Amino acid sequence: MAIPRFWREIPSRYNLIGTECGNCGKRYFPPRIICPECHRKSVGKMKDVKFQGKGEVVTYSIIHHAPKAYEMQVPYIIAIIEFEEGVRATGQIIDCEPEDVEVGMRVEPAFRKIGEDGKSGVIYYGYKFKPA
Amino acid sequence: MEVGIVSYGAYVPRFRIKPHEIAEVWGVDGESMSKGLGIKSKSVPGPDEDVITIAVEAARIALSRIDIDTSDIGSIYVGSESHPYAVKPSATIVAEAIGATPDLTAADYEFACKAGTAAIQTCSGLVGSNAIRYGMAIGADTSQGAPGDALEYTASAGGAAYIIGRENVIAKINKTYSYTTDTPDFWRREGEKYPSHGGRFTGEPAYFKHILSCANNLMEIVGTKPSDYDYAVFHQPNGKFPVSAAKKLGFSKEQVSCGLLTPVIGNTYSGAVLIGLAAVLDVAKPNDRIMMVAYGSGAGSDSFDISVTDEIKTFNRNDSNTVSSIIQNHKFVSYATYAKYMGKIHLRGA
Repeated sequence: MAIPRFWREIPSRYNLIGTECGNCGKRYFPPRIICPECHRKSVGKMKDVKFQGKGEVVTYSIIHHAPKAYEMQVPYIIAIIEFEEGVRATGQIIDCEPEDVEVGMRVEPAFRKIGEDGKSGVIYYGYKFKPA
Repeated sequence: MEVGIVSYGAYVPRFRIKPHEIAEVWGVDGESMSKGLGIKSKSVPGPDEDVITIAVEAARIALSRIDIDTSDIGSIYVGSESHPYAVKPSATIVAEAIGATPDLTAADYEFACKAGTAAIQTCSGLVGSNAIRYGMAIGADTSQGAPGDALEYTASAGGAAYIIGRENVIAKINKTYSYTTDTPDFWRREGEKYPSHGGRFTGEPAYFKHILSCANNLMEIVGTKPSDYDYAVFHQPNGKFPVSAAKKLGFSKEQVSCGLLTPVIGNTYSGAVLIGLAAVLDVAKPNDRIMMVAYGSGAGSDSFDISVTDEIKTFNRNDSNTVSSIIQNHKFVSYATYAKYMGKIHLRGA
């Protein structure tokens, strides 16, 4: 991943900062620059909003054949989480055995290493989810 | 001016390995290693955990227990001997992850196992001189022992974060005193993956000389004796040294048992005394007095004379983040899994 891209995404990756449309009130995560429903009416009206990230599992998948960067962690769980604040995010569920995950399970965010650009590159941190 | 601990949080990764599991790989008697070191298990970081993630988790627990504005945190120091970057401060990432940037000073500390207490001293100075409102001091490590080395049975992972301030202090720091010499008992040269040590030399002239001198000198300065303290927390590189140091100083087993966690989680290095102090604060009552003495190879000791205040009565300790709750949530792993998680296995192209 390019360093500037990750750097720009640090607020949402570290602290679950999304956006809220000042026109219709709809919230988004990851953040959007323009509300896809209000279009140009939302220009200049998108406000930052911090999500707590507590929520429940909507659906999940157990990954057995992973990209090289995640080979050490197989089998691991990737899930779609619906926050109490209404938005959804995709993330890994940790501190949970694959056989124990279920739809509706309560989770909360955790801060973990997401990846790195090899042994000499930048380390990327961000959110994962753990059982609450 | 009353300077002290306003909040705290500890974090220990959930994976554990038993000494018998390690001993079997190296053809050593696991039972005698376990008894000799006073270790029943040690913590192991997950493949996505490092000093920065441990520091952030501990910092967020500390912040969740009080209601302060994170922009009032004027300093963050992260003490560790296993910072993920050689150049790029862990403290910058922690500061960003708790929303304390950009109006603060931040830096990483390194002093073997006592870098976290050095961070508390710096924060206390800044808070006490009114330069900042709150300071955050963190000690965290994902320590490594070379495969087969005696250190492999104890070197573990964990950390704790302390918020130092002047308002709503739950534990007042009455006095801190340090004792420092040039003693080459344990070191890691630049670029080396694993540390080296002086074997038995790490005992009498290193750990015991510094811990005992530091504790005795502090008690002389403040005019106390061991029986004046309800709890004592000593650096715990294994399960036996702190008990032996306590006995030599005149402290009882009862005074040290609450803050002695190495037998279950191993030596968390910079996190060791800070997690021990967190376990004590989890149960302490107003007016309890605590002696804490850290030790860092190289070598030096930081001692603290601490008094618990009435504020502890209304402090939020009834959450799922007490040290005993965190330690209860664990999973044992095999040596093979441990080696994989700790990066001891060479992968293709790596």
